[in-house]
Amino acid sequence: MDQFLQQLLNGLFQGSIYALIALGYTMVYGVLRFINFAHGDVFMLGAFTALGLHKLMGPTLALLPWPVSLLIVLLVSMTLCAALGIIIERLAYRPLRDRPRLNVLITAIGVSLFIEYSAQLLFGATQRPFPDLIPRTAIANAGGLTISVAQVIVLVTTLALLAGLRIVVMKTRMGLAMRALSLNPTASTLMGVNNSVVISFTFGLGSALAAAGGILYASLYPSIEPFMGIQPGLKAFVAAVLGGIGNIPGAALGGLIIGVTETLVKGYGQELGIPSGYSEGVAFVLLILILVFKPSGILGRVEREKV
Amino acid sequence: MKFSTRLLFASTALIAAFGVCGCKSSDDSTINIGEVASLSGGTATFGQSSHNGTQMAVDEINAAGGLLGKQIKLITEDDQSKQGEAGTVAKKLISRSKVSALLGEVSSGKSLEMAPIAQTAGIPMISPASTNPKVTEAGDYVFRICFIDPFQGTVMSKFAISKGWKKVAILTDTKQDYSVGLTQFFKKHFTENQGTITGEQSYGSGDKDFKAQLTAIKAGAPDAIFASGYYNEVALIAVQARELGITVPFLGGDGWDSPSLTEVGGKAMEGCFFSNHFSNEDASPVIQNFVKAYEVKHGAKPDAMAALGYDSAKILFDAMKRAGTTEGKALRDAIAATKDFPGITGSITLDEKRNANKPAVILTIKDGKVAYTETITP
Amino acid sequence: MKRYTTQIVLLVVVLLSLGISVLSGKFDAYYMDIALNVGINIILAVSLNLVNGHTGQFSLGHAAFMAVGAYGASIFTLEMSARLMPLLGGPGSFATGVAFLLALLVGGLCAAVCGWLVGMPSLRLRGDYLAIVTLGFNEIVRVILQNTSGDGVFGGPLGLKGIPPLTTFFWVFAIAAICVYVVGSMVSSTYGRGFPAVRDDEIAAGSMGINTVRYKVTAFVVGSFFAGLSGGLYAHLRTTISPEGFNFLKSFDVVVIVILGGMGSTAGVIIAAIVLTVLNEFLRDFEQYRMLVFSILLIVMMIVRPQGLLPSFPILNRKKSA
Repeated sequence: MDQFLQQLLNGLFQGSIYALIALGYTMVYGVLRFINFAHGDVFMLGAFTALGLHKLMGPTLALLPWPVSLLIVLLVSMTLCAALGIIIERLAYRPLRDRPRLNVLITAIGVSLFIEYSAQLLFGATQRPFPDLIPRTAIANAGGLTISVAQVIVLVTTLALLAGLRIVVMKTRMGLAMRALSLNPTASTLMGVNNSVVISFTFGLGSALAAAGGILYASLYPSIEPFMGIQPGLKAFVAAVLGGIGNIPGAALGGLIIGVTETLVKGYGQELGIPSGYSEGVAFVLLILILVFKPSGILGRVEREKV
Repeated sequence: MKFSTRLLFASTALIAAFGVCGCKSSDDSTINIGEVASLSGGTATFGQSSHNGTQMAVDEINAAGGLLGKQIKLITEDDQSKQGEAGTVAKKLISRSKVSALLGEVSSGKSLEMAPIAQTAGIPMISPASTNPKVTEAGDYVFRICFIDPFQGTVMSKFAISKGWKKVAILTDTKQDYSVGLTQFFKKHFTENQGTITGEQSYGSGDKDFKAQLTAIKAGAPDAIFASGYYNEVALIAVQARELGITVPFLGGDGWDSPSLTEVGGKAMEGCFFSNHFSNEDASPVIQNFVKAYEVKHGAKPDAMAALGYDSAKILFDAMKRAGTTEGKALRDAIAATKDFPGITGSITLDEKRNANKPAVILTIKDGKVAYTETITP
Repeated sequence: MKRYTTQIVLLVVVLLSLGISVLSGKFDAYYMDIALNVGINIILAVSLNLVNGHTGQFSLGHAAFMAVGAYGASIFTLEMSARLMPLLGGPGSFATGVAFLLALLVGGLCAAVCGWLVGMPSLRLRGDYLAIVTLGFNEIVRVILQNTSGDGVFGGPLGLKGIPPLTTFFWVFAIAAICVYVVGSMVSSTYGRGFPAVRDDEIAAGSMGINTVRYKVTAFVVGSFFAGLSGGLYAHLRTTISPEGFNFLKSFDVVVIVILGGMGSTAGVIIAAIVLTVLNEFLRDFEQYRMLVFSILLIVMMIVRPQGLLPSFPILNRKKSA
């Protein structure tokens, strides 16, 4: 029983990191209706920025208590990545705003490959160790369950960002504009919304979320490389679709479902004759199932395409 | 009819692109040796190390006046760590550069691509570090100078038994044939010698989260955990194991050999053991001279891949000297006759299956550094 | 006479490749290898172009179908060929040829069945979902193959080895010519007008009475079949295959060829396949810059010239319908 609870916990934490990345994915999709393939790569850049920052001002950071230095690193790399996201949108996506969706998708793949291969050129293909921004200690639990500080931080951050994002989208003027743009870009312009500003904001926010995800992910699994964003990015996308793409709580739910399912396959599959290696495919099997049976996702609404 | 013109256009373009052979006559003043290595891509660290070692051996012999009155020219091709490329570049080296022998690859999968090509062309091939038994089965022109997976798996099992560990859990990287092979032979030897496997879990290279597998392993309370994969994942596995309160040592193979292991793993790797081809701490003068020369040139201590790359070239030169020619058949026979060659990675004798018969060293991680423990002979 | 020009050209190409094949011993092995790679990439790109270019269904999983074909054909050759020999009139070049053709067809059909299985449910989805589902399918195929037993027929992570080197210039270019011919005939026939119709406006096509799902599935199945054939050719050229070689980056390579050649332009895609494959060989030393350059090209092209580098072929840069 203890083991099962521990596995559920493992799954929950694994899922919360997927959820964290999925938030940004789903928000960009919700507003702009296209898959930002490069999201996983901004995630990777977030981790590398944090590493660079740590190299640059390591001694100074070491003097501060770890939560403060973590916060500094988080904020700085989130800002840098937000700026990068806005630049990417300006250069690559904005010229395509009236083009067919397929062109935008191809561009997104291009941007993704570009970031990956330039990172490989800059940082090399080999794994690099990531500093312990969060102390590597376990909070032992009475029932023999173990939880680490990093895991708790990831969960708390995910919940906080989930709440924060919900407030931004539902309660602020910018959020109102985002929702208007999402419903109908032409009508929102007519109502006085500056679409370009809203889109830039959405990209900036999405990239900042990705960067935060990258840093926390790297703190949990302290080795980073230029292609580290691909798998989590894909899984987060699946999580977003699972929960209903464009739906913020749905993304969190989808992330948790994937995390728990993967963990259970890894933990118990071997006894049932399913090698743990299959867990890699779990997310995609879930994706195909959901798209066959309920393409709008668990919490999503059915949308009909109008002519 | 637009379509058919396209077709015609396409086919003529093809023939044009195909080109006709303009065979270059090989330059007679040098002996050309081809090397296939993964200088870029996923396994670049291994390829670069083995290339550095090979190049060093070539530079040394050229500085000493060459071989058979000629200078050696090493022609290296990068297979980009990608499937299919090793075969193409092997063909390129044989048909374009007219090489007398092929050195490489580190990975067994790539060597298996090269082997049939070398065999058909009658060009001897020496793999420095491909440990999968199937590699040399490709034919009598294919050799290797490292030990093979069955031996390495058995060595670690012997070591575990000698430590008095009766219960061992296994964690395999199912994406790597290397890891699967090691696990298979470890398990065989260990269970035949009254050992118990308390749990068998697997993962795939590139995975980051191993808590689920480790939680399952922890339930079996093993004395040690055999992690047969590569350093990238093993370091993360160890870190997460310690977080889950698993304190027993990890055991592994030569795939652990990288500075990343301790950089990423840190304290979690303390007291773990792995088998390797050589130890750069070995006090013997031959090894220390090599270590020093390598450090001067590359600014870092040589790893096992560098030593194997160096040895593979040395064995080839030794065979060329004995054969007195670079002709394929004679050279093949000379390589096959290699006996008690004093290599950096131990005394090397090639057996009838063209595999190297040599000892393995067991290394441990102590105070964040890799330290020599013992040598286990076959 | 004029109406048969296409068929005559097809015949000429097949005969020409047979001729070159017979003389293959005279050619440099390395150049031959590049030529065969070119041919295999042409098959891959032209077949993907039917799906991505002509029908507008963006698939990112072409390597999966190639993998299915490669494994299907190799397993057939390794397990069945020897047993078939007596039935085909004993070992000999004719019997070997027939057995190889059978193996290729088995691989192609396996891939086609997979294409149908994936296509039926997922082709009801909109474009970008399809991209992810096919990418996911690619990963699932790789994961399943990698987790098979090393001693079993699939060979586990190491894959299959010792596949006889049966792929010759003739096989590759005959199949490439047939592939170009089939795809060309399909899209230029009366029936085939439905493909671009589905691509250009699926809803409009549907309301005009075109069975859009059937068009999409047809394109997908035919595309997968040829990808499967190319996989079989690849396996019998390289003599070893492993699951990792068919990951989604391999699919991306094909997608890059199709996009740079011009989606929906068969000639453009063929030229792109030739140029990129040959370029890849010459720029071996600049490997690390290769993908960087390609990715920039993709982005710039989508902005400046979405119809591909060649002029005047079916274009993509229409304004989005309101």
